Amino acid sequence: MSGERADTLAPPGSGRDAGRALLEVRDLRVRFSRGGRRVHAVNGLSYRLNAGEILAIIGESGSGKSVSARTLMGLLPPSAQVSGSARFEGTELLGMPEREMRGWRGAEIAMVFQDPARSLNPTMRIGAQITEAIRAHSDMSRKQAAARAVELLKLVHLPAAERRFYEYPHQLSGGMRQRVVIAIALAGEPRLLIADEATTALDVTTQAQIMELLLELQQRLGMAIILISHDLGLAASYAKNVVVMYAGRAVEYASAEELFAHVRMPYTQALLGAIPLLEREPHALLPVIPGQPPDPAALPAGCPFRPRCAAATDACLEPPPFEEHEPGHWWACWHPAKDPAEDPARDPGEPGGAHARPVKDGVQG
Amino acid sequence: MIMTREAGGPLLDVRDVVQEFAVRGPGGVKGAKVHAVSNVSFEMRAGETLGVVGETGSGKSTLARSVIQAPRPKSGVVSFLGTDLMTLGRRALTEARRHMQMVYQDPFGSLNPRWRITELVEEPLRGYGVRSATQRRARVAELLDLVGLDPSVYGGRRPHELSGGQCQRVAIARAIALNPALIVCDEAVASLDVLIQAQVLNLFERLRTELGLSYLFISHDLALVKQVSDRVAVMHLGRLVEVGPAGELYRRPLHPYTSALLDSIPGLDPVTGRVRRPSPPAGEPPSPINPPSGCRFRTRCPLARERCAQESPELREPFPGHQVACHFPLASASEDHEKRLT
Repeated sequence: MSGERADTLAPPGSGRDAGRALLEVRDLRVRFSRGGRRVHAVNGLSYRLNAGEILAIIGESGSGKSVSARTLMGLLPPSAQVSGSARFEGTELLGMPEREMRGWRGAEIAMVFQDPARSLNPTMRIGAQITEAIRAHSDMSRKQAAARAVELLKLVHLPAAERRFYEYPHQLSGGMRQRVVIAIALAGEPRLLIADEATTALDVTTQAQIMELLLELQQRLGMAIILISHDLGLAASYAKNVVVMYAGRAVEYASAEELFAHVRMPYTQALLGAIPLLEREPHALLPVIPGQPPDPAALPAGCPFRPRCAAATDACLEPPPFEEHEPGHWWACWHPAKDPAEDPARDPGEPGGAHARPVKDGVQG
Repeated sequence: MIMTREAGGPLLDVRDVVQEFAVRGPGGVKGAKVHAVSNVSFEMRAGETLGVVGETGSGKSTLARSVIQAPRPKSGVVSFLGTDLMTLGRRALTEARRHMQMVYQDPFGSLNPRWRITELVEEPLRGYGVRSATQRRARVAELLDLVGLDPSVYGGRRPHELSGGQCQRVAIARAIALNPALIVCDEAVASLDVLIQAQVLNLFERLRTELGLSYLFISHDLALVKQVSDRVAVMHLGRLVEVGPAGELYRRPLHPYTSALLDSIPGLDPVTGRVRRPSPPAGEPPSPINPPSGCRFRTRCPLARERCAQESPELREPFPGHQVACHFPLASASEDHEKRLT
């Protein structure tokens, strides 16, 4: 395998103005064996998250963003081989015995998934599901827990919380169900909430409402959030810092402002360029790159983005290190784009910039 | 008979289409009615792309299915190339469908997993009577080339050996096999990753110019619809609330609902890198089983007044080509909106 570089440097996020680290992930690697093949899902991911902050992890399907989050929660199948380190306030999460992990899951770190219908038990009333979660994390009486459950339902702005308490999941809309799922996640008063594509299945108006709710909870409860998403716009609007993942690795990291104003990694540029934007005129062709992400069971040597990258040279056969090239801005690339602020030749209409060459339509997709 | 592409007349003329479904209670007892599509009318010219946006449950997919008569709507007129499809018998309808094809969201679900790619693309040709096997084979190779799949590489494969984007290309090749005039795309790129989605969108765009296709493009994603459409129709709880030229509708929305949708999109300005923070409307969308009286958006509308509860607003045309169904359209506020975008 390529890119075996012991990452002993401080992970991104530990800058000068770094606050208290809540979570520090270093050189996380996850492999699966599937049908006799070794699937490299995560290949050396490092990041750091401070208490009360929102971090977005962005990537396409198969980029390893969800797997890396499930690793923290100990939710991988037994066949997964995990290495590296993930410290939550100094305690190592990786390799923690299941019995001990149960005390952390929900109480310190909670997770919200994409499909709220599948996260809820269809045969149990909403109230019973939340009460169950509360009693799992505390020694409250049934009555106290029920009162707390209604409180939580109000906290997530579920309309008519007292009445909804006695309803079943199918009686709620998708947005209301996701509010209930979030209320359950809050039952253990976690310090970190992982939202894995939590708003992807929702309508745009509902998505905005749920995101506003998460933001409000983050501010009121001082809870840190990891937003896992494929949506760069969502990351830009809500996250403080953003990690962009490709083929199981981080390829760019910066604060949301810095990242979108000064994109350096050609892959991030391509992603930005390919998003349909309200600002574009109808029938404008999108700048696209050819091909598709590599098979995680057969990763190319060197930079994983090399086969699709217009800027690739022989140097890219050597894996580029993921390093802090500018204060607070990390990337893994031998040929980063020029800082657009210093490049007067940039066409403002093409956010993809120099590296996202406009191909008519990528033939292999 | 039908199916000559006469110049002048609209390609598709939909008038007062209504589609309702019965909700069945315990024991299969018919209960309430879902008003999925209520009195929808619109027109499409040949070569034009009409985008339809709306939230879950707005009836946009039902509208698409009503157009292709699967199932046939309850009432109304669906005139395609001058013929009312609602009056056609089974055989005539099958013949008419040769000119209108559909591309669905799930690329794997719409392809038979046991068939090879060449067989899949050949099927519509077989079904619509292209007799000579040599002709069919040549056409299949041509179609696969057209959608950007090398026939010698991909022709012999089966769907599971292709990626989602490639499967969607195969579905598109099937749809264009019979030279249709209209392709109905129901969330056709929604399940694809953004880079693959961009490739497929560009393919749609290329086929439009090369083959003179019209698309009825249905999606929940407003930015995506703007990308492909000449005109955009906004659907809310079974009704069209606004129809207008794509550029203008986004620059100067007239309906408060359109404006609320636009304000809900998170995003960033690619030029300045400035972030757009959404401000969503409050509340939940009402149920299509028991829609509010009068204007169906009034329960969430910041501008709603008494009249909105009493009278259902009709589509009218305050600006040429730009229709809105609202008693108090955002005409006066529109200048602000325009300013904000520029």
